[in-house]
Amino acid sequence: MTHRPNPPSVPWQNGEMTMKLTSLAVGLTLAATPLAAQDVLTVYAPDYFGSEWGPGPAIETAFEATCDCDLQFVTGDPLQRLLLEGERTKADAVIGLNTDVTKKARETDLFAPHGQDTSDLTMPIAWNDDVFLPFNWGQTAFIYDNTKLDTPPTSFDALLAMPDDVKIVIQDPRTSISGLALMLWVKQVYGDDAQNAWEQLAPKILTVTKGWSESYGLFTDGEADMVLSYVTSPAYHIIAEDDLTKSAAIFEEGHYFMVEVAGQLKTTDQPELTQAFMDFILSPAFQTIIPEGNWSFPAKLDDSLLPEKFSLLNIPEKTLFYSEDQAAAVRDSALEEWRAALRQ
Amino acid sequence: MLALLLLFIFGTLLAVALRADDLSGLPSDFWPTVWFTLMQATLSGALSVLLAIPVARALMRRSFRGKALLIALLGAPFILPVIVAVLGLLSVFGRGGLLNTAVGWFGGDPVSVYGLTGILLAHAYFNLPLATRLLLQGWQDIPQGRVRLAQSLGMRGMAAFRHIEWPMLRDRAPGIFLAIFTICLTSFSVILLIGGGPRATTIELAIYEAFRFDFDLGKAALLALVQFAICGFVAVIALQTRLPQSAGSGVGHTTLPVLSNTKGIGAFDGLAIFLATAFLLIPLGMMLAKGVSALGDMHGAVWPAAIRSLVIAVASALGSVVMALALCLFALSLRRGAALIDGLGFLILATSPLVMGTGLFLIVFPFVNPTSVALWVTGLVNATVAMPFILRSILPALQQAERDHGRLADSLGLLGWARLRWMLVPRIRPALGFGAGLAAALSMGDLGVITLFSDPQRATLPMEMFRLMSSYRQDSAMAAALLLVGLSFGLFWLFDKWGRRYA
Repeated sequence: MTHRPNPPSVPWQNGEMTMKLTSLAVGLTLAATPLAAQDVLTVYAPDYFGSEWGPGPAIETAFEATCDCDLQFVTGDPLQRLLLEGERTKADAVIGLNTDVTKKARETDLFAPHGQDTSDLTMPIAWNDDVFLPFNWGQTAFIYDNTKLDTPPTSFDALLAMPDDVKIVIQDPRTSISGLALMLWVKQVYGDDAQNAWEQLAPKILTVTKGWSESYGLFTDGEADMVLSYVTSPAYHIIAEDDLTKSAAIFEEGHYFMVEVAGQLKTTDQPELTQAFMDFILSPAFQTIIPEGNWSFPAKLDDSLLPEKFSLLNIPEKTLFYSEDQAAAVRDSALEEWRAALRQ
Repeated sequence: MLALLLLFIFGTLLAVALRADDLSGLPSDFWPTVWFTLMQATLSGALSVLLAIPVARALMRRSFRGKALLIALLGAPFILPVIVAVLGLLSVFGRGGLLNTAVGWFGGDPVSVYGLTGILLAHAYFNLPLATRLLLQGWQDIPQGRVRLAQSLGMRGMAAFRHIEWPMLRDRAPGIFLAIFTICLTSFSVILLIGGGPRATTIELAIYEAFRFDFDLGKAALLALVQFAICGFVAVIALQTRLPQSAGSGVGHTTLPVLSNTKGIGAFDGLAIFLATAFLLIPLGMMLAKGVSALGDMHGAVWPAAIRSLVIAVASALGSVVMALALCLFALSLRRGAALIDGLGFLILATSPLVMGTGLFLIVFPFVNPTSVALWVTGLVNATVAMPFILRSILPALQQAERDHGRLADSLGLLGWARLRWMLVPRIRPALGFGAGLAAALSMGDLGVITLFSDPQRATLPMEMFRLMSSYRQDSAMAAALLLVGLSFGLFWLFDKWGRRYA
């Protein structure tokens, strides 16, 4: 059992801290040394995926048990790399894309249908996309320390009405997937009033960080009272640290839905093996790795199979979501509103 | 060599630009972004240099036990990973930090550092050590003979400062300011950690936005050009104000040009050293304490990553030294060679790491699997990015050595390899050791440019630290950070010690 905590949607988070930090990138030659007879399946994934604490190693072991093949994750920013490589890419499949980039990924016309039945997923929204296949999901939420904050806000309005000395840390929508989700969340809750909402939130924002990790670090260091993270974040503290002091504040307006997807490439030279990997994604062998491997909800797994302590999480009743086209339509103007409100 | 550097600097930019669909469109907040970038970089550079002057001067004039160790320790912040340094600063200046705790005792309102204050604080924290070390070297390079002459002429106080120290400052300070300005120009992680929001948007962040948010390579390339232009513009201004020291020869390094030693000045020196030490070392100490208490959480995967990082750091430091030395020697043989080196150094500093990484990927990808050359590319890029610091350190020392002993060496027919071995290297050894140490430490702490080349099986130590952070394991990450700081500092110390052994 790999018990490798990772926040739900870290794909960009690791990428986010690039530059001076993550980037170094090292490595001599190809990752593993495949046996000559084995087929190698190359899957592009975000950096967090391949790390010892990500879900990658467990998934690799589980999948290789079903085939005589070698699954290799190539980590980095998968879409960025794909866009640069175009049709010459060596990838067979890509895993760990977020819905905010699926539109761009789709437009490359490099992807083939996944061929799975997505009618009975365990997600709060219906999924009809036949190209991108979800494998885990979660919702954005503000996490607080329940020993320090007695009356957490129960709605977005209540959050905006809190005194200005309650400090929150959020992520930048330009550099972070969770920051982008927050921007879309506010847009969906407040619509044309979004800029006004941001203006009310502004004095409470301690700082805006590049990625999730920095924000979360500031929060656990005690610099901030609340942090923008995920509904499932407390699960890590509960299960791995036996710490029940972190909770998600549940807002009555609903919480923004975040999902990670996989897709297979048209250009693959081994379509059968790639298809086998796509078939594997929704299987219980893969899905049971997700809760404690990626600290998020599996896309297709009965609640009864979730770790027991997941029942201790605060779960929102309502889920908000923009389809990729809707999100693309509001994205730029929402960013301008965000920028204008926080610049003042 | 020169070609390789130019390829890294401009070739990568060109590769990105060529891959772009069109070269139009600047971001909507382009002018505020340019303005903010310029302002914060100028203030950060000025602040670092101005603060460094009394500190370096005091360190030069005073001698006390443990001075060498203190000087080495004061260099530490420059080689810290950003996140570690900023968390350290926040443990002092943050909402729950020491400062606000103290303010709270006296019933004051909490002080917030987020925003421009925090950015300047962090930039000064990172760069004050660099400025101090480079200025200290300036003071050490003042020829002894000149000091003696001043003494024998009975020069004291202001007069001595004006005739002996001021010319050195006029010579060195603008270059140091410009180096720090340029480092802060491309600053990005600091600003997104402590900047407080979109008010604090720099060009480098806009480049990142163009890549990530807009997938617009054209915009990114254009912004990278703007960054070069700003750097060039400021370089021209800063170097105009520079007054190269007139030739004056003298033997060896001075140790204590204390030309005036009244009580007041002694106290001032003591205060400068004390404040600088407190400012630079308390945050570091806070972080180390945190790391030490988390040592039990050190994860096994951290060790192989540490070894990988060490190998790369040493290799790229050596590579960097060789390249820098070769370039300097070549430049000294040209008429306007020094200017060439200066320009090149600043160009490297002004290069957007993101553009360089993406460009390299585009260049390499059609020929080989980028993952399979990751080690080489990483080493080369680190060596290149660290080079400005080595150049800045050894060029003045080389020029000085040539000025002082060049004619003698010529008359002895000491040329080529022998000249390097017997005349130059011994004279520039401290500068060489310092530069190599800096390069190794920076490479250890990851100057990396190349997310696109990463290999999950062979992570480096900083990568591993970030993976820990992004998997909720903040404690283990701090333990890894401690190891990282320890190794970076150890490398720096070793190289630097080598340099100063006979100095």
